[in-house]
Amino acid sequence: MTYSVSDIRKDFPLLDRPFHEKPLYYLDSAVSGQMPSSVSERMRQYEMYEHTNVHRGVSTLSQQATDHFEKARDTVARFLKASSSKEIIWTRGTTEAINLVAQTWGRQNIQAGDTICLTEMEHHANIVPWQMLSQSVGAHLAVIPVSDRGELRLDELSKVLSPKTKVLALTHVSNVLGTINPIKKIITEAKKQIPSLMVLVDGAQAVAHLPVDVQDLGADFYTFSGHKLSGPTGIGVLYGRKALLDAMPPWHGGGNMILSVTWDRTTYIEAPGKFEAGTPPIAAAIGLGEAIEYLSKFNPQDVHAHEQHLLRRASEGLKKIPGLRILGESSDKVSVISFVVDGVHPHDLGTLLDHEGIVIRAGHHCAQPLMDRFQVPATTRASIAYYNNESDVDALIQATQKSVEMFHG
Amino acid sequence: MADPRELYQQVILEHNKKPRNFGKIHSCTHQAEGHNPLCGDQLYLTLIVQEGIIEDIQFEGRGCAIDVSSASLMTTAVKGKTVQDALKLIQAFRALVRGEWNPAAHGDLGKLVVFQGVKNLPVRVKCAVLPWATLQSALDGSPIASTE
Repeated sequence: MTYSVSDIRKDFPLLDRPFHEKPLYYLDSAVSGQMPSSVSERMRQYEMYEHTNVHRGVSTLSQQATDHFEKARDTVARFLKASSSKEIIWTRGTTEAINLVAQTWGRQNIQAGDTICLTEMEHHANIVPWQMLSQSVGAHLAVIPVSDRGELRLDELSKVLSPKTKVLALTHVSNVLGTINPIKKIITEAKKQIPSLMVLVDGAQAVAHLPVDVQDLGADFYTFSGHKLSGPTGIGVLYGRKALLDAMPPWHGGGNMILSVTWDRTTYIEAPGKFEAGTPPIAAAIGLGEAIEYLSKFNPQDVHAHEQHLLRRASEGLKKIPGLRILGESSDKVSVISFVVDGVHPHDLGTLLDHEGIVIRAGHHCAQPLMDRFQVPATTRASIAYYNNESDVDALIQATQKSVEMFHG
Repeated sequence: MADPRELYQQVILEHNKKPRNFGKIHSCTHQAEGHNPLCGDQLYLTLIVQEGIIEDIQFEGRGCAIDVSSASLMTTAVKGKTVQDALKLIQAFRALVRGEWNPAAHGDLGKLVVFQGVKNLPVRVKCAVLPWATLQSALDGSPIASTE
């Protein structure tokens, strides 16, 4: 199938709606990716004609809903190149997935005096759950620093790791800088130094831009959220190696995760069910499966070439604006551009761009330690997806130029 | 929606560029810090209040143009005023950015009327209010103000 952005855009009614009586330019896909009509239609189909609960009783309707739900899990397993669908656990999103690992694997394996290794470019979702755990068990956090170009200082890796390091939790792609971390190389080196190390990769910002092969990367856990991948909110994924999942205690207790319950004791089913207490978001899981099917129609090289073209166009145009500085200059980055402008606070710029119909994010992007690293309170971030076009990027450049002139005028 | 450019008038841009009363009074009698957790804006106010009069007031911190210019204009407005008048002004300013200001009831606001346009930008009301909420805390003797 040839890559035609104008055809793709027809699948997204939102991109064609007016906004403040102007066209809408959606450059905020790192916040949430837009959902194609086929995904919302699939969810509606489920809710209108197929809805019931899953894994319940002998009714044919429940069996069919279970089949759709489990088929979506199979789709995710193929998408991540997991060795089995049993390694795919549904969560509410990346945040819940990381908390699950911290509260189960973490509580079982991390003791006082141990170290949890993170990086300076993590989202709060991959900081706070580990900080909470380390404070409660008396462990420590160690941090791999970020260079001025916005890349991980891998020359520091062997020094940051120590025999006490039990976990390395790091992002695949920075939500602020766009940097693609060389995960496979990092995992290989880290595990050479500490063979028992557990590595969790936060894939929230990666899955919409890169093909992921969890086995090739060597990740023990890999997480992502459905809504960053043109799927619905409220659904996410935790991939875990089967041997790890089998050895982990459950997290939430309740229905759906048990083998048998008596007043004396409860036994649990195997993963993934062991980690899925209660009724799951069934329509959302089916919707995520549909979103992955939709995206699989495109050739990943075409998507990459298109996004990189728009990234270059946006970066070159923005750099010409006096006083504007882009944060994150890795040669290996996804189509995310964070920038700051001398004398113009990102929130003011955000308000002015919003009025021009341009949807971007202004703020700390849930990465306050990274803001501190670059000594900025916040940045303005434009994030480009496979459905964006040159008009989107050009509108951003022009409106930014106009707003900055007003401040400096 | 109203054009936000109407809000970003010269007086706001100018006070953002050259904030008045920017700094810290070391021998202050009153102080408070204000936080807007949603956007990370922070503000520190120090005051000298003697016999019910705000003799001096200074602010430090980081924030957007609306926050900084609001703090700057606030300090010029309340310096030399009685605490009672300052408290009235806080109420008047809050009414202004909510679109409820009525000169007959709340009194004259002078230059502060430039912030009238904030009422059309609901997500930015907190930015304009932060310095005033912090002043209220300082005068009430509570050390931390938050817009959440």
